[in-house]
Amino acid sequence: MHQTSQFCTFYLDQLLFGVDLKEVQEVIRELPMTPVPLAPAVVSGLMNLRGQLVTALDLRQRLELGPGEPGVQPMNVVVRSPDGAVSLLVDEIGDVVEVEEATFERPPETLQGKVRSMILGVHKLDARLLHVLDVEKACEVGENFAAAASSQ
Amino acid sequence: METAETDCADTSLSRPTGGTMDDIVQDFLIESGENLDRLDQELVQLETHPSSKELLASIFRTIHTIKGSCGFLGFARLEKVAHSGENLLSRLRDGDLKLTEELTGGLLAMVDAVRRMLADIQTTGEDGVEDHCELLERMKALSQVQPEVKMLVKPGIDSSGQIGTSLPLADGNLRSTEPSERNQIAERPVGMVTSVLPTGENGQAMPASGAVREPEVVTDPVRIGVNLLDRLMNLVGELVLARNQLMQFSLRSPDAGLQTISQRMNLIAAELQEQVMKTRMQPISNIWSKFPRTVRDLAHSCGKQVCLEMEGQDTELDRTIIEAIKDPLTHLVRNSVDHGFEAPEARQRAGKEAAGRLRLRAYHEGGQVNIEISDDGAGLNADRIRKKAVERSLIAAEQAARLAEGDVFNLIFLPGFSTAEKVTNVSGRGVGMDVVKTNVEKIGGMVDVTSKAGVGTTVRIKLPLTLAIIPALLVSCRGERFAIPQAGLTELVRLEADEAAKGIEMVHGVPVYRLRGRLLPLVYLSKELRLDPQGTDSEGRDAAINIAVLQADDRQFGLVVDEINDSEEIVVKPLRRQLKAVKAFAGSTIMGDGRVALILDVLGLAQRASVITEAREHGLGEKSAALRGTARAKRRYLLFKGPHGSRMAMPLDILTRLEELPSADVEKAGKQWVAQYRGEILPLVNLDFALEERRQTRREDSKLREDESDAPLQVLVCDHEGRNVGLVVEQILDIIEDAAELKYPASRPGILYSTVIDERVTELIDIPAILHAAGIGSAEVAAHFAKSAEAH
Repeated sequence: MHQTSQFCTFYLDQLLFGVDLKEVQEVIRELPMTPVPLAPAVVSGLMNLRGQLVTALDLRQRLELGPGEPGVQPMNVVVRSPDGAVSLLVDEIGDVVEVEEATFERPPETLQGKVRSMILGVHKLDARLLHVLDVEKACEVGENFAAAASSQ
Repeated sequence: METAETDCADTSLSRPTGGTMDDIVQDFLIESGENLDRLDQELVQLETHPSSKELLASIFRTIHTIKGSCGFLGFARLEKVAHSGENLLSRLRDGDLKLTEELTGGLLAMVDAVRRMLADIQTTGEDGVEDHCELLERMKALSQVQPEVKMLVKPGIDSSGQIGTSLPLADGNLRSTEPSERNQIAERPVGMVTSVLPTGENGQAMPASGAVREPEVVTDPVRIGVNLLDRLMNLVGELVLARNQLMQFSLRSPDAGLQTISQRMNLIAAELQEQVMKTRMQPISNIWSKFPRTVRDLAHSCGKQVCLEMEGQDTELDRTIIEAIKDPLTHLVRNSVDHGFEAPEARQRAGKEAAGRLRLRAYHEGGQVNIEISDDGAGLNADRIRKKAVERSLIAAEQAARLAEGDVFNLIFLPGFSTAEKVTNVSGRGVGMDVVKTNVEKIGGMVDVTSKAGVGTTVRIKLPLTLAIIPALLVSCRGERFAIPQAGLTELVRLEADEAAKGIEMVHGVPVYRLRGRLLPLVYLSKELRLDPQGTDSEGRDAAINIAVLQADDRQFGLVVDEINDSEEIVVKPLRRQLKAVKAFAGSTIMGDGRVALILDVLGLAQRASVITEAREHGLGEKSAALRGTARAKRRYLLFKGPHGSRMAMPLDILTRLEELPSADVEKAGKQWVAQYRGEILPLVNLDFALEERRQTRREDSKLREDESDAPLQVLVCDHEGRNVGLVVEQILDIIEDAAELKYPASRPGILYSTVIDERVTELIDIPAILHAAGIGSAEVAAHFAKSAEAH
């Protein structure tokens, strides 16, 4: 009996990412978004998800992947963070996949920089690699921003 | 000590087991907490009405309930302490003892001990390790007072020999709790506790849960977690949004049935919203109920007599606000008792009653809640406050001397201010009033103090009713909507295109608008929030301009927006952590169409735009704005060229306008140069002459300026004691912001001090002194001018 876990997968710049299914609240198409002036660039805006205030984060920018293709409407992966719901904007939604713990490996040492802290590791799937996103770290925008602001 | 431990071990064995245990203990803690609060109040009341049988009965019942419950739950130490209190009370009730101050003190100490143990139970699950020997001894000693006390009982209380029968409790029950018998209660099996419970209407007063209910409780409030209420509140907000969408949809639909239903839905949702909002409201008595005890204890320890009056206890406030003002209010009350009142003898010498009157008053007014804390004590001593403020270098001596009395009192809100001659454990540590002010302002309130020597002091606090739903003005800018809280909004000004071109002027590149003769700095929202794409800078000077005049702290500024839409009640939703660092927004709200709009933080915005400085906590109020510079806050100055090319500065806030007057407009009235200006006569003072040394005296009949050129005069129009005075200067240089920390003494009259601004020595002019030297500013001169104005 192997340990398995389920991931909600999505694509970002041709890369396959996954977040633990238990952390995902829902996946939705576009919602009207209110931009927040002066906010960190990673914050795309605020959305009203049935009365719940959701901060939308541009995951491409968060993971330093460069801007998305123009005209492509990003999808919202709404995750539960310690500080309420956060929507991660992604290019495309994939399937829910079930993987065995054995296929997991820590990111290689050659992966450096800010991004490393947000990627827990990869699952080696048959055809490609599934990047496991650390949701909590990915949503920690406020502190970084505040720290950056105060150090200036 | 040993016996206590074995007691504890014994009883813990007999505790009910199982998963419900925690719940029972939790219920017991909550209920006992409430009971103790009531005990505090009742004991203090009992002190003033020692003959009240109802009070005594109620106190007895409360203690008894606590004792009964903890016996059942196996908290032996707690039970012992409660038992000692009960003992004392029963003797009191039987008339064996008379209520004295020591007795009340003992009972209150007992209540405190019980409270401590409850806190221990909350954290550790056990009733602490303290054995309370001292307290128990004290209680025992108190209950063994000589029976001769009974002879001293007043006739009114004499009849209370019958108290036992007139109590609402069944007589037999009380008799069964004679002290001698009750000593054994602790040793009885837990189940026996039932036998000393008041039976009343329901013979089975001991419910299975172990919670002891009072038989006379008729209404049954239900405890609900705050989380649940918040969730309900959110859901109602959501329902209202869904309703709005349904309404819009039904208007477009030809179906009459749907319209009827949506109308009903509309009404129900509105009603529901209103009711759910009410669940957030709590009466102010939730805080005040603790004050009788606080005041009593404090008055005793200070050797003062204080009588506390409370008015408007039912005044309701949002619970978040209640939570926020709890500490400031407590501090103010303590402060009043500790500093406000004189000692009883001093009061009597002053012809007042020995007991001081501390009055708390709360009432609604104009959508706000007012809270007043007034005492009839000695009042604040303006001179002492001045002296202290100067001593602590909070302000400069000459400024202190110039402050009006009303403003002097507001000095007590400065950080680091305290006049307490001795540090007590209550107050006098130099923190406090500034914290009060900061906390009140944090939730959008205001605090003010008035005082009269020998008559008393009143502190007034104005608070918003709720923070959850606020009236707001909706504006839009570059297609985005923003909400401005009405509390920060003073007025709206709309300038049509041609007016805008003329009305908006520049003070060295900084846009200002003359609002009724005063310069209003303008802040462009699009610029401040960087709403325009990089590079473009469309200040739109050719279009109509909408200005929302906002009040930030004590400054006004005009916020220029594209459109002013509507005012609406909005539900405030706090911003998430990711956006907390953005100071320009106070929160967000969801609009009728389901979109999110950001709520502007007027203070934050003003700080961003440097209308006010970050150090605003040091501020005092508009009238004493002149203090800012010395409170080490950054402050704005107008730099100009004075006589012989020297650099001078004056604070921007006393400047009304900058004018260029054609020299032909200058006339002479008597010995004074004047100009007609906006329907009034503006006295003109040439700084060149005003600052000349004394011995040269004023060349009164000389020219207003040395060169006879026709170039227009640069005039700084200042507000001096309610009227305008024009200072003629060489050249206006700049507006700068500087802390002006280094001060060098003035080298000549008319100068406050020299400082270094922009790495150059700059003299700060003392406007009142200059005007005085020029013979302007005194009332006689004003009258003279009024006369000469008539002559014209």
